[in-house]
Amino acid sequence: MIIAEQKPFKEIYESVKDSEKLLVLGCGTCVTVCMAGGEKEVGVLANQIRLAAGKDGGKIEVTEHTITRQCDEEFFDEGASEKIKEADSVLSLGCGVGVQHIVQLYPDVVVRPGVNTQFYGATLQQGIWTERCAGCGECVLERFEGICPIARCSKSLMNGPCGGSSNGMCEVDPENTECAWQLIYDRMKRLNKLDKLMDYQPPKDWSHDRDGGPRSVSREDVLF
Amino acid sequence: MESEAGEREPVIIAFCCHYCAFTAADLAGTMRQQYPTNIRIVRLPCTGKVYVNMLLEAFVDGADGVMVAGCEEGSCHFLEGNYRAKKRVNYAKQKIEEVGINPEKLEMYHIGASEGPLFARKAREFTERIRKLMQEENEPENQIQNEK
Ligand code: SF4
Ligand code: SF4
Ligand code: FES
Repeated sequence: MIIAEQKPFKEIYESVKDSEKLLVLGCGTCVTVCMAGGEKEVGVLANQIRLAAGKDGGKIEVTEHTITRQCDEEFFDEGASEKIKEADSVLSLGCGVGVQHIVQLYPDVVVRPGVNTQFYGATLQQGIWTERCAGCGECVLERFEGICPIARCSKSLMNGPCGGSSNGMCEVDPENTECAWQLIYDRMKRLNKLDKLMDYQPPKDWSHDRDGGPRSVSREDVLF
Repeated sequence: MESEAGEREPVIIAFCCHYCAFTAADLAGTMRQQYPTNIRIVRLPCTGKVYVNMLLEAFVDGADGVMVAGCEEGSCHFLEGNYRAKKRVNYAKQKIEEVGINPEKLEMYHIGASEGPLFARKAREFTERIRKLMQEENEPENQIQNEK
């Protein structure tokens, strides 16, 4: 899922404080799971804005709403649409995709982002999320038995490790970041496939990544 | 609520665990221990029921101070409810500080069921703390200018 983190309150407040009718709109999918922009976070942030506005004499009327997914038009039902149109600004707690999708669907409404979108990651334990995929467009996990050197090696090395791998940790952040190449090595060993590491890996084909500009995927068979 | 001097009396919400602080508050009453009438008690099944927005909502609805009172460390009937509450209180302190409310206006206490006098004392202390903070805010040099 997409992992995001709420922006500092000050930055959020600066961006919405001139609004008179503000809708704080949460997203019920990725950002709910990573606790950055679901219904609960909407509630807390809306109350923070109310309190801050009360203190500096602002006249923001804050409403709250959360939909299942901000990146899918079908979830913008009548109720949500009405609330969005009634507002002069929407503070979206969806990821960057959600923010832009609202802009596309409701061209007259001002939309502000409430989170910093970070990466594609997994929940390690409640409260800790970590990067696992960089959306490179051509997955090579097969070659590395399921550990991604693109997303998890700080240098995205295809033929690692580098000299900075020490005690299983990466030199870029030895306290917190495991060396992806140590993980790849351990995994190959476990599966009795260490010989696979003798193969030379050609440079990654980056033409499927963002080098060709924004990407899209289409499926003729499901198009209406 | 106004005092005789015309100052507004602080409104304090106390979220109390049914098994300890709430019983202690009851006991304080039975023992005729005085504690300020400013305190409005909300009974919870355990302080583990506390969530961050519950605390913020109290401030939005006009509370001047919010206290959370749970079982003593290690004696929560649901094992970890009071530890979790403590973390949430600390997080909520950050959240109110971000909007310009002194985090001292929110506090977590641990009060056993038999400690009626302790409840009364903490209630008095907290009320005094809030009263003082309110007075400081009302001093002219500390008032926020609202000339828009
Ligand atoms: S808008 Fe973003 S956060 Fe919400 S479901 Fe879509 S991808 Fe996930
Ligand atoms: S190889 Fe590319 S697509 Fe596969 S996990 Fe790594 S970054 Fe993601
Ligand atoms: S039962 Fe009292 S704090 Fe959990």
